[in-house]
Amino acid sequence: MSSEDYKGYRGAALSTLKNFHVRVWSDVEVETSRGKFTGIILPRSETADDRHVVLKLRNGYNIGLAADTIHAMKETGYKKANYKIPEKEFPYDPRKPRVKLFGTGGTIASRLDYRTGAVIPAFSPGELYGSVPELADICNLETEKLYGVFSENMGPEQWIGTAEAIGREIEKGVAGIVIGHGTDTMHHTAAILSFMVQNSPVPIVMVGSQRSSDRPSSDAAINLINATKTAAESDIAEVVVCMFGPTSDRYDLLHRGTRVRKMHSSYRSTFRTIGDIPIAKVSTEGFVYFRDDYKHRRDDKNVTINTAFEEKVSIVYYYPNMKPDIIEALIDNDYKGIVIAGTGLGHVNKPLYPALKKARDKGIAIYMTVQTLWGYVQMYVYDTGRDIMELGVIPAANMLPEVAYGKLGWALGQTSDLKEVKKIMLTPIAGEITEREPHNGYLIYQGGIPEVEEFISRNWK
Amino acid sequence: MLKPFENMTAGDYAELGLKAGLEIHQQLKTKKKLFCRCPAGRYSEKYDAEILRHMRPTLSELGEYDGTALMEFKTKKEIIYQLNKETVCTYEMDDAPPFELNDEALEIALEIALLLKLNLVSELHIARKQYLDGSIPTGFQRTTILGVDGEIPFGNRKIGIVQLGLEEDACREVSDQGHIRVYRTDRLGMPLIEVVTYPDMRTPQEVAEVAQLIRQLTRATGKVRRGIGATRQDVNVSIEGGTRIEIKGVPRIPIIPRLVHNEAGRQKALLEIRQKLRFRGLKPDNFKPQSFDVTEILRQTSYLPIKNVINSEMRIKCVRLPFFQGILSHPTQPGTSFAKEFSDRVRVIACIDTIPNLIHSDSVDETIGSAAWEKIKRVTDFKESDSLIITWGNETDVETAVREIEIRAREAIEGIPSETRQALSDGTTGFERILPGPDRMYPDTDLPPIALDEERIRRIQGQLPILPWVRREKYHQMGLPEKMTDELILSDKGDWLDSILENIKIEPIFPARLLTEKLKHWRRKGLPVDKLDRDILLAVFNAFAKKKIVREAVAIILEKFMENLTASIDELIDEFKPLPATEVEKIAQERAKSIKVVADFDEDKKFEIVMGEVMEKIRGKAVGKEVAEIVRKYI
Repeated sequence: MSSEDYKGYRGAALSTLKNFHVRVWSDVEVETSRGKFTGIILPRSETADDRHVVLKLRNGYNIGLAADTIHAMKETGYKKANYKIPEKEFPYDPRKPRVKLFGTGGTIASRLDYRTGAVIPAFSPGELYGSVPELADICNLETEKLYGVFSENMGPEQWIGTAEAIGREIEKGVAGIVIGHGTDTMHHTAAILSFMVQNSPVPIVMVGSQRSSDRPSSDAAINLINATKTAAESDIAEVVVCMFGPTSDRYDLLHRGTRVRKMHSSYRSTFRTIGDIPIAKVSTEGFVYFRDDYKHRRDDKNVTINTAFEEKVSIVYYYPNMKPDIIEALIDNDYKGIVIAGTGLGHVNKPLYPALKKARDKGIAIYMTVQTLWGYVQMYVYDTGRDIMELGVIPAANMLPEVAYGKLGWALGQTSDLKEVKKIMLTPIAGEITEREPHNGYLIYQGGIPEVEEFISRNWK
Repeated sequence: MLKPFENMTAGDYAELGLKAGLEIHQQLKTKKKLFCRCPAGRYSEKYDAEILRHMRPTLSELGEYDGTALMEFKTKKEIIYQLNKETVCTYEMDDAPPFELNDEALEIALEIALLLKLNLVSELHIARKQYLDGSIPTGFQRTTILGVDGEIPFGNRKIGIVQLGLEEDACREVSDQGHIRVYRTDRLGMPLIEVVTYPDMRTPQEVAEVAQLIRQLTRATGKVRRGIGATRQDVNVSIEGGTRIEIKGVPRIPIIPRLVHNEAGRQKALLEIRQKLRFRGLKPDNFKPQSFDVTEILRQTSYLPIKNVINSEMRIKCVRLPFFQGILSHPTQPGTSFAKEFSDRVRVIACIDTIPNLIHSDSVDETIGSAAWEKIKRVTDFKESDSLIITWGNETDVETAVREIEIRAREAIEGIPSETRQALSDGTTGFERILPGPDRMYPDTDLPPIALDEERIRRIQGQLPILPWVRREKYHQMGLPEKMTDELILSDKGDWLDSILENIKIEPIFPARLLTEKLKHWRRKGLPVDKLDRDILLAVFNAFAKKKIVREAVAIILEKFMENLTASIDELIDEFKPLPATEVEKIAQERAKSIKVVADFDEDKKFEIVMGEVMEKIRGKAVGKEVAEIVRKYI
């Protein structure tokens, strides 16, 4: 028997299966001290304990039987699950634009992974067409799986690989690119791609889902349809994130890659443009552009890919009573750049000053951002700020901390001349620093206030 | 058709091969919901916000699509959820993952599982059961099996229990019109158990009796909810050669027998229809229905159901069903013919829900007029052996309707389609959805399994309440009337009665009557009966048994206790100390004297007046019979 026959089983549960000569997918009758049970043995999740055997009953329910209660097991049949998303050939229509979908992970279409008990993505155009046939009304879709990682495992290797893949496709003349991505770090990747891919002639649309696509209420299909439509038809030649506007199934918002952030651990409408307004909204009814100052679609195939990246960069989230050893550790470990997420307008406490000075003397680039997320760093208002600037910490305007992290890595990847780094850092290239913050760039309405409640009662949440 | 319901015997049902089973849904009395910390059992019409969602079918764990899921997807419904901030959080909105399973609910469910003698599982696995009708915003119900293969005694045989599941309740539907369905979310997520029986019942009456028995059993715990919607029954019915049909959400047990009877009759009728069609040579693969656009022919019709809605976007389509002549008017349920099965499908799946939503050539009713029929028969190449169905609506909906009509007609050749049917108040049923299968189950990846250890099971086993049938036998021995026994078993007052009888030597009928009739009377009068508890009753009955108060005082003290917010039960008992006989004599004598002035009253009348006045003064402080004797002495 192969290890597949005991997938996920360890310890007592594994011995029990072996003792009674049964395996995963065996149809069994089990005698236990709690009575008789009949069903199919399923693989066990590796993270679950080693004391239970999982059985799928005839009615579709799963149950666990403790190994030490089992007196006897008899195999009466064998039924291996054949999990497959119905695959249909993606239709080709010469009149439709060509869109490339890159997969990096996440759950646009997915199936169950017994090993971890979680879901793993399915991805081929055929599978996608099988589960989201609406895509064929929009474009001719090609897919390429670049990576299969959860978004927290995305890093420089994947960012660079994705940027290069984008470059290749643009040179081949696609109408737009969609990138399927886990949502947790989607805004990190969006920011970094905004720097690595310069002067794109076509939309580069990042998309994911907050409810995995194995759920009937998933936002995956709508997000994918809207993202594909944006890639195929929209006029925005930038890196954008396409995710739910409200939690209702209404429309997606197109957020600029350098101003977007995941703001709720689980809501569908988790992505928000910070300190500005989104570029547009998109639904099956079409696009509504909220502004015109985006980079417009062109019909050339020119793009600049610059994948330089210095990995020795860190974000330090300041908290009261932070000790200088945090900074010291970064110095000792040869970090080249530090982004501080400071309090208020961009502050840290006095005990950190000597460490910051030491870092500057060692040639480490240090930039200040704000942990309030909204608003600019302004270090002239208080003495503290002025003192910190004296130590060589450079205010990074209204760049979001994660964006500043990506950009500093990118800048340090290109040069070690700190003056040059500063020039790159403070020259906006993709909207990461804006000249002004409009009054409606900051809107977190407070629940409970009568006029807010009235608004919520009249509009889709 | 079957004989009328009233004339059917057990033998008739045996001949039909009737088999029925139950799925009983019972809400548990917990403070909070099953997978979040919202309050349970708080209902409100008020809502603060709405969200809109759609449902898409997904694959089952074994890689199949569920039939119901695909059907619901065809309906293209926009689902609207009304949210009340007091009763719903981001979990019910499907904007947050579940919290840990409510342990209070698990305890109650385990108690009931043990009462049903189920084989308990060692580890709970939370599953997702797909519901694409939108009644749960996630598109699935979180549910878990606690045990399988139990039984309850029924007369001299046993009814098998398939399983007990613990699950979250669904939304309450507000409306469902066209492509918009609205739900209220307050009930969503409340803990619920589902008890499924084997199809062991053989007559419609037995189904009701078993439903009643299981209700008594769950109520024996005193930990389940009562009232409208707290218990809902699904009834599964099949006859020989038929198929399992689920009648969904029956709110009251007394309507079960007629529903079961009518469903048996419907299945018999459908088998007759199949027989007829097969005699005509029809097979599923040689059946070739055809559809035609007849909009232009009927644009000027004076038939109101069409005339009232016709506009430029409407299409009218006619489906020709070869060799179906007469079939559509074949009776299936009382007052209903086979055509209703088509109308139901069109209503539910194509969302054309203004009735009538179709007309057909087998009907003798006056509809579009014979000239129009003739014209349509010509264009559809109609032959006398055929039937025509005409339906109307917007283009997409009519397309769906035509497809559904063809599907339902083909199913008639195959037999009885597996359906979930809705119970209607007249005892008939209507199509609700295609019956879901095991393909709609999917493991919940958001929650880890929960082990049920021996110690926990033993502890609960040690605290089980008395089974209803054991209690019934006991009360029968005591000589309590049947009706009173029924009431005590269905309420949690049986437990109180048992405590009283265990602790106090007293004839059972006295507290039993107080706990049934008297309590009901008080409730009707609007007294706050919730103020009473087991200890208070024990105190009062104990005082009576120890002769600290007289029999009459028991009810009076309890009434005063409910009315009066300040007095303690001990103070009231003290207040109603019986008067010494000499005191009673004094009062009787005094009253009797004052009445002598009216001479023309006879003895009885005088007694009545004096007795009344005396009792007025000393009510609850002396035994009436004894007072009467004293009063007589002075008349």
